[in-house]
Amino acid sequence: MAERSFAREVQDLKKRAGEEFSGEGILAITKALLQSGVAYVAGYQGAPISHLMDVLNDAKDVLDELGVHFENSASEAAAAATLSASVMYPIRGAVTWKSTAGTNVAADALSNLASGGVKGGALIVIGEDYGEGSSIMQERTHSYAMKSQIWLLDPRPDLPSIVRAVEEGFELSEVSNTPVMLEVRIRSCHVHGKFICKDNRKPPFTLQQALEQPVRDANRIVLPPASYLHEAEKIEKRWPAALRFIKERKLNEFFGPERGTVGIIMQGGMYNGVMRALQHLGLADIYGESKIPLYVLNVTYPLIDDEVAAFCAGKSAVLVVEESQPEYIEQAINTILRRHDINTRLAGKGPLPMGGEYTASVLLKGIGDFLVEHTPALLGNRPPLPDPNPVLQHDKVRALAKVVPQRPPGFCTGCPERPIFAAMKLVEQELGPHHVSADIGCHLFSILPPFNIGATTMGYGLGPASASAFNVKAAKRPISVMGDGGFWHNGLSSSIGNAVYNQQDGVIVVVDNFYSSATGGQDLPSSRARNPRRSTNNSIVDAVKGVGVKWVRQIDRTYDVAKMRDTLREALTTAETGPKVVVASSECMLNKQRRVRPLFQKAQRDGKRVVRERFGVDEDVCTGDHACIRLSGCPSLSVKHTDDPLKDDPVAAIDDSCVGCGNCGDVSEAAALCPSFYRADIISNPTWLDRALAKLRSAVIGFLQNRRAGARIAFAD
Amino acid sequence: MDDLARSTETLAADRPFGIAILAMGGQGGGVLTDWIVALAESQGWHAQSTSIAGVAQRTGATLYYIEMLKARDGLRPILSLMPSPGDVDVVVAAEWIEAGRSVLRGLVTPDKTLLVASTHRAYAVSEKEKPGDAIADPVAVTEALGVAARRVVAFDMEALAQRLGTVISAALFGALAGANALPFPREAYVAVIRAGGRGVEPSLKAFEAAAAHASQGGVAPIERARAKRLDALPLTAGHPLLERLLARIRGEFPDPAHALLYAGVRRLTDFQDADYADEYLDRVGRMAKLDNSAHGWALTGAAAKYIAVAMAYDDIIRIADLKTRGSRFDRVRREVRAAPNQILYMTEFMHPRAEEIVGTFPRGLGQWIENHRGAFRFIDRLVNKGRRIRTGTISAFLMLYFLGGMRGWRRRTLRHAQERAHLERWLDIAAAQAAGNYALAVEILNARRLVKGYSDTHARGLSKFDRVMAAAPLLTNRADGARWMRLLVASALQDEAGTDLDGTLKTIATL
Repeated sequence: MAERSFAREVQDLKKRAGEEFSGEGILAITKALLQSGVAYVAGYQGAPISHLMDVLNDAKDVLDELGVHFENSASEAAAAATLSASVMYPIRGAVTWKSTAGTNVAADALSNLASGGVKGGALIVIGEDYGEGSSIMQERTHSYAMKSQIWLLDPRPDLPSIVRAVEEGFELSEVSNTPVMLEVRIRSCHVHGKFICKDNRKPPFTLQQALEQPVRDANRIVLPPASYLHEAEKIEKRWPAALRFIKERKLNEFFGPERGTVGIIMQGGMYNGVMRALQHLGLADIYGESKIPLYVLNVTYPLIDDEVAAFCAGKSAVLVVEESQPEYIEQAINTILRRHDINTRLAGKGPLPMGGEYTASVLLKGIGDFLVEHTPALLGNRPPLPDPNPVLQHDKVRALAKVVPQRPPGFCTGCPERPIFAAMKLVEQELGPHHVSADIGCHLFSILPPFNIGATTMGYGLGPASASAFNVKAAKRPISVMGDGGFWHNGLSSSIGNAVYNQQDGVIVVVDNFYSSATGGQDLPSSRARNPRRSTNNSIVDAVKGVGVKWVRQIDRTYDVAKMRDTLREALTTAETGPKVVVASSECMLNKQRRVRPLFQKAQRDGKRVVRERFGVDEDVCTGDHACIRLSGCPSLSVKHTDDPLKDDPVAAIDDSCVGCGNCGDVSEAAALCPSFYRADIISNPTWLDRALAKLRSAVIGFLQNRRAGARIAFAD
Repeated sequence: MDDLARSTETLAADRPFGIAILAMGGQGGGVLTDWIVALAESQGWHAQSTSIAGVAQRTGATLYYIEMLKARDGLRPILSLMPSPGDVDVVVAAEWIEAGRSVLRGLVTPDKTLLVASTHRAYAVSEKEKPGDAIADPVAVTEALGVAARRVVAFDMEALAQRLGTVISAALFGALAGANALPFPREAYVAVIRAGGRGVEPSLKAFEAAAAHASQGGVAPIERARAKRLDALPLTAGHPLLERLLARIRGEFPDPAHALLYAGVRRLTDFQDADYADEYLDRVGRMAKLDNSAHGWALTGAAAKYIAVAMAYDDIIRIADLKTRGSRFDRVRREVRAAPNQILYMTEFMHPRAEEIVGTFPRGLGQWIENHRGAFRFIDRLVNKGRRIRTGTISAFLMLYFLGGMRGWRRRTLRHAQERAHLERWLDIAAAQAAGNYALAVEILNARRLVKGYSDTHARGLSKFDRVMAAAPLLTNRADGARWMRLLVASALQDEAGTDLDGTLKTIATL
């Protein structure tokens, strides 16, 4: 089970009609799903939607009471395929993942789903991981919606709008027999706000009913001739039905005056930022009053042609605020204007940049430039705009810019993956640099200093697959890395099976830390914890052997750097051909500490004998060469200036956040670094034997120490 | 236009209160954000927070943003999901360089922003991994804040929180209260912490202490680096051998060098004995004779420092001696915060190789073994492995104690002979330059900084040093020779492999 508890959030899911919900956007979506009578939820965790999965994982009683089935899918493809329950039956279902990474994986199932269409509402909650804080390639989900004809909702980023989008999204899906994507950006997922709840609803038609009275209709299956029928149906039936619903229910919103010389069309998600920019320009207030007509697309696909045409008609210019590229919406609006022969000037990419997150500053500048060009009078006597440049151009601030270091995310304190890459660095010192194919997961932090290991990353579970071409005779073998998350997601077949079948003569390191750690510490098939509702403790080694790998080594303690190094060396040099798989296993320290620390503290309080380990550095032994840091990068292993006038450079120092993982000792041993490190074993609540031994030892040792100190001719300190 | 003019008058002038929080993953930025939102809501305000945690929670820099506004009947404000320059009333930075980052992000404006920050440093990997000193200058942050912020309240909140057994978020919350950053009464803050339910008492203590500190305002003093301890020459030392050393310093050396020479003789009596410190003074004296007051005794100063460093080389005897001292046992107890009723044992991680072992052999024997690779490899196979030594147990202690007691033997060892020869070669190079290119001679002495570390790292440092020394003759006749020598040392400290150094050496070869 994930080591974090979401018990408090689960209470929010139980709220009744009229009660106020106060919390994060992604949690509001979770509650809205239950209010909409959803019968099943599935998904694959990942920022920014992990929370939805985590909370439902802890919400067994709520789900059981409503009869909702919840599943942690093996991948986004599995999650998307789950929606097929809504194809033949009037059952509402929702799935979620991080996009576009997850949508890429799900694309096969999504195309099939969208082709045949759905009977029950099918909602895909998309965490659009774009802009600051994103961990993936910068792309749009929009194109998936267009190519497969899936409706795309992009509600204003406040909780009532988002909740409404969930509820009406299901209705829209049902009236148009089309799956619906609900796109929420990173900040919207994490926005704290409030809405008034409705009661949760049991699904009116259950999964049991479907199983017991199965229905089939060959026309829903993607095979000719039905597939041709599907395309015609998309154009002739589903599209017009969707347009009708969106218009009737006024899913898109209009704000500000009805008429004006200019107007702004925006994605719903851009609304708050646009309003703040208009406020700075003196054209709007914080309560939503606007002097400029605004057309807010809470549905960004499809567009409602006549709404767009009516909004643009009579205006000299309209600005489209559409984040990221290509500018599909702007292109579509241009087409609409041409078809309606409306000559309103359309601006978008131009005043606004083609790529990058539309931050407050970007919007302020873009909207300001648009207004200056098309309706300067509206800006009146122009209040001074906030401008950081005078500060940023100041000498002292420019001097600061040269000093402030980057601070990218990295391995946590005590991370068990650190020694794997320390060992890899040691092997490379012996055998020279190798081509290393990396994967997705915490282990990708190896590409950063101090390890600087890893050449490419091609996708989740695709690390070893991306070494496929290097299956040629050479003096060095390719190394590839994959986490347990990637392994179960896709890696077992696409990477391991692929390597076995093609007799790939490379080294594959599977980083097994018992959780899907990068996404928040969720369980996996190979997790070591017992989880009553999931099958865990499935061995990666067995799975690897099961698909035919002959050379497999299991390392049960990654902190054993010497063993790790020797195993890697053997894998790189053995005469054995075919894939060499090293499964390196140790528990994710972040989750281990969540699990172990409360137990430790309780035992200590209860007077039980407990031993805490942590590391330290003898600063008079350390010479400040920092070789240890270049093999670690641990946040708790740092440096400090000393007052020793004979030392120029800062010495290594370990702070109290050290969890005693052992990496420092093992690395300095394996790399023959230096004798500065010590491990301190601090025994709380010692037994009488501990105390007696300690007394004896310190008597003897103390005597010898005093003897030598007394004989030493030295200056007083 | 009439329509528009009218609608302008209907625009409300209300502006939200913006708070940006810059923290690193694991610092509790999320907790602080939740507290501030709960605080605002408890006082009848609308509040909205956002964050972009993502993978940045893994030790990376993270930004949280809160906007809030006093509620008006029936009106819902539209609040921004990200800070924009000019909107931020308060910036909270949970670390000093993060405070600097908030300025670079344009969040801090001189007409508006109160900055509440902890002055402690958590170094980035790029600051820690360099072989030299790459720690960012914290004074640059202080100076930029003087330009950028309306007001700054800053002190070490991490230390305060640690002392009171809690995390920095509670101290930051207290500092907000003490600095009157938000228009809410102190009791409302306390109520929010109490409602949180976890670790309430330590949190409240840190909150109160930080609030008291912050109410005095201002920025706690921050220095580039810790001041070096340069004790004045004492009048007496309590032992004739030591008195003799003091008398020599006083009689044979210029005043400006006294403090460093005293540090040097202290180190060398501690390393070996008073005779060895005498030898040290002889060597520095050789340089001092080439020096005069016209140059401010720079050569003597550099000699005093680096000859001491070179003579107190790190051998097994030294390590064993340092590891077994009573003062060291006490220091470790303090460092790991062991309570009096807790028992503490240390485990040392040693990995001697044949080089280190043979180094302690008598010079002749050691030399013979080094010249016979077979014998050397045999010894290496015997000794070269990681050894974990539990210093607190009697047998392990005795072994180290015995090794540490081999000081009397040291002058006869192979290592000593090697160190001595290397030292003399280096001093000859410096002495040769002193008359013709004084500044270069000083920098040749300063280059000793490159020799550090153990085993492979030591060998690499030594090889860099030797390469730098080999370039010295090329610089003899150059007026800017000293500048080039400084550049060589700086580039040698840039990376472990010496790539940067190779570049500088190539440039020098083309001069």
